[in-house]
Amino acid sequence: MATTTAPGPVRPTGPPAVPAAAGRRARRRKSRRLLLPYLLLVPALVLELGVHIVPMLVGVWMSLLELTQFHIRDWSTAPFTGLENYRVTLDLDSATGKDLVHSFWVTVVYTVASVGLSWVLGLAAAVFLQRPFRGRALLRTLFLTPYALPVYTAVITWSFLFQRDTGLVNHVLAQLGLVDEPPFWLIGGNSFWSLLVVSVWRSWPFAFLCIMAGLQNVPADLYEAAAMDGAGFWRRLGSVTLPLLRPVNQVLLLVLFLWTFNDFTTPYVLFGGAAPREADLISIHIYESSFVTWNFGLGSAMSVLLLLFLLVVTAVYLLVTNRRRAYA
Amino acid sequence: MSKRHLAVLAAALVTTASLAACGDSGGSAGEAAKTLTYWASNQGASIEFDKQTLQPELDKFEKQTGIKVSLEVVPWSDLLNRLLAAATSGKGPDVVNIGNTWSASLQATGAFVPFDDATLAAVGGKDRFVPAALAAAGAPGKPPTAVPLYSLAYALYYNKKMFADAGITNPPATWEELVEVGKKLTKGDQWGLAIEGANPSENSHHAFTFGQQWGGEWFDSSGRPTFDTPQNVAAVKRYIDLMAADKIVNPSNAEYAQNQSVADFANRKAAMLLWQAAGNNFKAQGMSPDEWGVAPVPFPATTPPGGKRINSMVAGINIAIFKHTKNRDGALQFVKFMTSDEEQIILNKTYGSLPSVTTAGADPAFQAPEQKVLREVLTTTAAPLPQVPNESQFETLVGAAMKELFADAASGKPITEALVREKLSVAQQKMGS
Amino acid sequence: MRETTGERWARRIVLSLLTLFVVTPLYVMVTSGLKPLRDVQGDFTWLPTRPTIQPFLDMWRTVPLGRYMVNSLLVASVAAIVSVAIAIFAAFAVSRYRFRGRQLFSVTVLSTQMFPGILFLLPLFLIYVNLGTLTGIELYATRLGLIITYLTFSLPFSIWMLVGYFDSIPRGLDEAAQVDGAGPMRTLFRVILPTAIPGIVAVTVYAFMTAWGEVLFASVMTDENSRTLAVGLQGYATQYNVFWNQAMAASVVVSIPVVVGFLALQRYFVAGLTAGAVK
Repeated sequence: MATTTAPGPVRPTGPPAVPAAAGRRARRRKSRRLLLPYLLLVPALVLELGVHIVPMLVGVWMSLLELTQFHIRDWSTAPFTGLENYRVTLDLDSATGKDLVHSFWVTVVYTVASVGLSWVLGLAAAVFLQRPFRGRALLRTLFLTPYALPVYTAVITWSFLFQRDTGLVNHVLAQLGLVDEPPFWLIGGNSFWSLLVVSVWRSWPFAFLCIMAGLQNVPADLYEAAAMDGAGFWRRLGSVTLPLLRPVNQVLLLVLFLWTFNDFTTPYVLFGGAAPREADLISIHIYESSFVTWNFGLGSAMSVLLLLFLLVVTAVYLLVTNRRRAYA
Repeated sequence: MSKRHLAVLAAALVTTASLAACGDSGGSAGEAAKTLTYWASNQGASIEFDKQTLQPELDKFEKQTGIKVSLEVVPWSDLLNRLLAAATSGKGPDVVNIGNTWSASLQATGAFVPFDDATLAAVGGKDRFVPAALAAAGAPGKPPTAVPLYSLAYALYYNKKMFADAGITNPPATWEELVEVGKKLTKGDQWGLAIEGANPSENSHHAFTFGQQWGGEWFDSSGRPTFDTPQNVAAVKRYIDLMAADKIVNPSNAEYAQNQSVADFANRKAAMLLWQAAGNNFKAQGMSPDEWGVAPVPFPATTPPGGKRINSMVAGINIAIFKHTKNRDGALQFVKFMTSDEEQIILNKTYGSLPSVTTAGADPAFQAPEQKVLREVLTTTAAPLPQVPNESQFETLVGAAMKELFADAASGKPITEALVREKLSVAQQKMGS
Repeated sequence: MRETTGERWARRIVLSLLTLFVVTPLYVMVTSGLKPLRDVQGDFTWLPTRPTIQPFLDMWRTVPLGRYMVNSLLVASVAAIVSVAIAIFAAFAVSRYRFRGRQLFSVTVLSTQMFPGILFLLPLFLIYVNLGTLTGIELYATRLGLIITYLTFSLPFSIWMLVGYFDSIPRGLDEAAQVDGAGPMRTLFRVILPTAIPGIVAVTVYAFMTAWGEVLFASVMTDENSRTLAVGLQGYATQYNVFWNQAMAASVVVSIPVVVGFLALQRYFVAGLTAGAVK
């Protein structure tokens, strides 16, 4: 979290040389200054504790119970099974374990592709919209629109486009003469690509928004200087834009990653209850394992494993990016 | 603390207070005896339609008993989760509608008032209810967890004009006949049969019916899953083959999950449809009642070994009472009201379903050909889905496996017995211990 | 700095493709809202052959769209504003102070962003219900409960993003203000916030959209009175049919206030642009 580059604390103000009476005042101000940061953090801390951390700990406890429909009404009757749920989850010879691993890899590929594409599109749009031209404001609004739609409407619109018989996608493909037999987009192998397209459509405007905000802080004279040195488009991008965007990118990529990895709404709305195997994202998979099959202990165990994975990935990511920033 | 710190604190307090102002509090507990909360399921064309249908009846109930019922119509997509949440927390409505296939699953939570003989007596007694419908209200041998409210069954709907055009005089009575006429009816943009291939519940309902006909059981007597028996494999394969081998179903149906097959039938894109009480829906979609005919769901021409004469599940909606209710007597009164002859006639007539009480069935409202066929099926050849606690898992897992099979069939992959068995045995393994 | 011909064409092509990608679904959304249901269920056509505004009228009757919209706007706006306010204070502390536990706070808050919703949905629900029983503060099935839930969803990222923005604001500005006798709060409000407006707007938009689109928690934690659009719009898929045309019409209508809001906020991006040039 930007710790390696964050500059030192705010220097105490006031004249350096103080007579005795002013010394007391300075001490009082100092204690106040020590207290202030904590005070500023209190609201955030209380909320995170109450809404995230405590429920999460309860979730971890759930993962150690056999919490099926027989016991959800009174959790004290749920047998404590220790790591049994984890054993079932990680038993790679069983159907449950195999499916979870499959779902995990689908999610990894989906996340990497979606985040990568969203970032590239967001960067392209932000960079090309830096220069004023007629219609720029219009395009800026237009590009943000997908992000402004409620997820449900965006996804259901896409599912409408992807219908085999009545959808626009197959209509266009047929008119261009690209396919003889209309393909399926919402079942079978193609469903992965449909999911990816919808996901990118929904999240690239967010990348665009953040990069655009980040570019506001890039002083125009830096470009002028680079251009005067004869730097072309790619040089300017590589040596001016990207380095200055690094703090924004570090956050943006991680957030897009976490967001996409845990995305539940897009596949849930696009495919209804049961996602095709090719697009069986982990969030849907866990939902089905807990809410649909009413085995909350097993679902919680899967969630905890997922959380551990995300923690490790994030920690490594932050270590690597912070080190790079420190050397930059 | 300095003034500035106080200011920060004050700002935080104001924020909290303004948040609190946004919360709306519910009714107070003191009025419990005079009020009930009722979650209804979505039965009609829309949630608003249901509200307009039910509200006058609830007003009637208030006039009779002085108990005010506050109604919420919960969409099917949310209903099970909301019920589960209410069961878990002990907070929620007093009276609820449940899909009758969930009965045993919800019974296992112990969150509902069991309808033992005494309780049943309070709502008019066990004998009031259609036996088949009451059999789908909980595990056998235990007091039902709910009582039936609306009853339904599957039937075969067919387009009369398409049949006449193809020179077919009678609706098919066997699957062999259905395939034969289906092939005649499949031409151009028109298909023999429409199905809901990506909808796990629909799939699992058909898996059950075909399974019964082919002598299969999805659970053994001790409640353990037996998904991949040869009988079940043959049954599921027969159903998938309507698309895969017989090609009387448009491959596009493999992605239908939101009642598009009904729309296809109503829009004259398909000649036949297997559905529960679809008449009102056809009408809403602009298909007049004399355009379609209705017949029982077919059987195999020769009964496979062990096969039963079952051609529908007992479908329907049950009404249940949460144990956490503070107004149990009022809730029972309300259930009695909803299952009274008068209300049964009014509501089932509106929804095109059948009364779940024997005394209301004779009403002229239920003598149309469609209701006659449905009642005949329900009373003679329908069986409840397995009433076991993990029934909902069966619907999800087997239904999803069949969705995959339809996807394979639609993309031209051959559907072999081995493939069906593989999918079903994976589903069975996921049922856990 | 001049734009080369190659760059100009690259810009035109890239922006055109992006426009096409963005506009196509929006176009279908609008035109499908103008078609009768039968046409929407039939073969795809680019233009409505029998245009009608009926879906725009019927959609209010199929689901209580107005109420859902008020709920969504209220929940999302309050959650966004409170979340960003809390995030500003926290980010200011993290960016401008060295204190014990700073790193721990940062790491903890960030890690909450990773919690799979499904893991704490049920526990959180139970906490809300029990809190309601014990204290009378009703969080289950109320807008207040949703607001609190959603504001914490966006909080970690908002804090983190704002720390990044605040860090990029030169310390010299703070110090200049302090030399003039400004205390920390005054420095925050007078110096840092005006400079960080683009970042704050971006974070507010994020917080708003997080709350605006959430489905999983809303489906369990709302009732008819507190239901938001994200789940309420599913009402167009009924037992009978999917009213595609009404769903599309409703999508158009509910998107308008948000798109207008975006338009209004653009001004601040532009303001931020000039502010950036001064630095």
